[in-house]
Amino acid sequence: MDVVNQLRRQFVDYSTSLHREGILDDQFTQLQKLQDENSPDFVVEVASLFFEDCEKLINNMGRALEQQQGVDFKQVDASVHQLKGSSSSIGAMRVKNVCITFRSFCEAQNREGCLRCLQQVIHEFSLLKNKLQTLFRLEQQILTAGGSIPVIE
Amino acid sequence: MTVERIVSETKDQFPIGMRVLAVDDDPTCLLLLETLLRRCQYHVTTTSQAITALKMLRENNNKFDLVISDVHMPDMDGFKLLELVGLEMDLPVIMLSANDDTKLVMKGITHGACDYLLKPVRIEELKNIWQHVIRRKKFDRKDWNNSGSQDKPCADSSEAAGIGNADNNLKLNKKRKDQNEDEDEDLDENGNDNDDPSAQKKPRVVWSVELHRKFVAAVNQLGIEKAVPKKILELMNVEKLTRENVASHLQKFRLYLKRISCVANQQANMAAALGTVDSSYLRMGSLNGLGNFHALAGTDQLHNAAFRSFPPSGVLGRLNTPAGLGIRGLPSPGTIQLSHVQNSGHSSNDQSKMQSFVPGNHNTNILQGMPMSLELDQLQNNKGDSRIGELPTVNSTAVFPVSGSLIDSQIAGFSNNPLLGVKSNSLMLEGSSQQATLHACNLRDGVSAIGFQNGNTLSDFASIDPVSSRLRDSKADLQGQAAPINCNAGPMIRSVPQEWKAPRKDALYQSHLMSCSVNSSIPVNGAMVQLDQCLDRNNSIFHRTMDSGSMGPLNFFYPLSIKHSKGLNSAMEPSVTEKEGYFTYQLRPQGNHIPDNIGSLEDLASAMMKSDQDKRKSMDGNFKHDNYSRRTCM
Repeated sequence: MDVVNQLRRQFVDYSTSLHREGILDDQFTQLQKLQDENSPDFVVEVASLFFEDCEKLINNMGRALEQQQGVDFKQVDASVHQLKGSSSSIGAMRVKNVCITFRSFCEAQNREGCLRCLQQVIHEFSLLKNKLQTLFRLEQQILTAGGSIPVIE
Repeated sequence: MTVERIVSETKDQFPIGMRVLAVDDDPTCLLLLETLLRRCQYHVTTTSQAITALKMLRENNNKFDLVISDVHMPDMDGFKLLELVGLEMDLPVIMLSANDDTKLVMKGITHGACDYLLKPVRIEELKNIWQHVIRRKKFDRKDWNNSGSQDKPCADSSEAAGIGNADNNLKLNKKRKDQNEDEDEDLDENGNDNDDPSAQKKPRVVWSVELHRKFVAAVNQLGIEKAVPKKILELMNVEKLTRENVASHLQKFRLYLKRISCVANQQANMAAALGTVDSSYLRMGSLNGLGNFHALAGTDQLHNAAFRSFPPSGVLGRLNTPAGLGIRGLPSPGTIQLSHVQNSGHSSNDQSKMQSFVPGNHNTNILQGMPMSLELDQLQNNKGDSRIGELPTVNSTAVFPVSGSLIDSQIAGFSNNPLLGVKSNSLMLEGSSQQATLHACNLRDGVSAIGFQNGNTLSDFASIDPVSSRLRDSKADLQGQAAPINCNAGPMIRSVPQEWKAPRKDALYQSHLMSCSVNSSIPVNGAMVQLDQCLDRNNSIFHRTMDSGSMGPLNFFYPLSIKHSKGLNSAMEPSVTEKEGYFTYQLRPQGNHIPDNIGSLEDLASAMMKSDQDKRKSMDGNFKHDNYSRRTCM
């Protein structure tokens, strides 16, 4: 099946590039391994949860940092901490790395630095979301064409 | 035949089917964790709320084998949950965090975590977590050496290390095995099987208020230094209780005491700060106290209830909380109440006394730290009043010769939790011309306060039991019932009553403290009784939060007032009955801790006193501080 093989190749290439760019790391591969016939949509589920959660956290951070009267860095830090946890759980390496930097700015109570980091988080998050959605679409196409999703080691 | 086989197969299959409760507020991580655990063939239950988790755990002690919890959670600090679970349910808890800061890891260990995992969690790590269940079972079962203290370090390290300290474990196990011969026959209260690692359902010993009270009394009698499991066991004279049970409980208690002492210091400070309570507050306080109590009782989390006005988490979280709880619950008067409560111990009839009460205690410092501690402080401060103050003092010395700090903590704890309750009681009692009337109110408040506290430390409040029985009508006689507040020196009710469950050791301490304090403070006319009640209440409150039918870990809270009258949590025995319009606080842990009719303070006091060692003599006519055992009513 040419179409299926083509799609599979595409999938592999795309996946590899994501890993290479550091958008995804090994943890994501672990997630993919957890997906099986009992939980066929596991990765998509987790990713969706993550997207939702991330958006919420970003909003929290933004709101907290906008406070004119005084930024509650503890609150920002708590959100960043949570984002760090979930991004590392899903394998979103770049997002996680930004969080690490973000946290140090929070500790230093550096509003400017925090805002910059927040921008970065938003950027990385959007990038990740797009890429993952593309990846999932590819997966779906393979399955529809009757093929199976290749496992990337 | 078939059934047997199935049963044994299930057992043999362990760790397959191990029941895990996973708690994490992050949905992504929670889903991942759940999937990983299922992949390991465990039986998984998840929740994103710590409070829900506690509720589930309290509902049924034997429903889970292991708990995995995130450290950072919005509704409750992971460490607190850790403590509560350890104390109340004695389940292994594994902490989870994205933060690998050594300090945090250390904190986890000291709070009793079996393990500390970093996110993202790997399946390989999860495949090994079942060992903690086995290890814990072995620990509980094994006989601690004759000297409890000796065991403690070992146990502590083993348990604390919790991880792969196989050698240690092995050694300990061996030692235990050798010494275990005679214990092997007894079944733990919950029927712990002997050395059956595959027995997943190790019945847990439920440290009811009654039981805990006995425990505390025994420890007090022996002196904390000399309290070894064997002797404690003998003194307690409870069937089906093994030395291991006592040993592990003792360990927790000690931790609790230690914790309380820290808290106590803080509280003392707070208490000092809060010292000046307006007498008028007292009245209000008392009412409030009650209200709070109820509130407390109402909520699973003691502290929540207690602190209606205050942010619950704050209160409960700490050791001090018990005290704080009591105090917190009360709206501004609450604070006052604290003082009241504390004073109540004194039985000084005046409210001022109450206030002074707290400061009187030497534990003031402990209390100073927090509002909760305020309570304690008050108690402690009440020294001036002598009654209550005495209690703390007395208790501390009498109860636990462990360490001054402990005592302080006790007192603090006392004041915080139990004291609070107590104090208020006494205060209240005093306030009113009629002892009875006033008492009722006081007790209530006091009780509530105490209740809270007790709730925390319920575990230790075994001693409070007697007190609760004493709580008769508040009307009865506050006087001098300086019901010995069994303050378990150690355990201050740290965790908020609700949380009481968790803190493993600390909680115990706290509760002990609370219980102790509560008891002792009752002396005030009827106030004492109230204290008892309070203490019991605390327990009940504590139980409440625990939400488990049993008293749970010595929830020594005498959440008397709250619980009972308002249909306090079922957990907490509604020992407090409303009599004649007062809340007769009968600290009755679920298990009928106190005779229902302990209405009078006298009863309370006497109950308290009884429970405590009869070390103390009543201070004066006003209250008898007999057996001032401080129970941490946290």
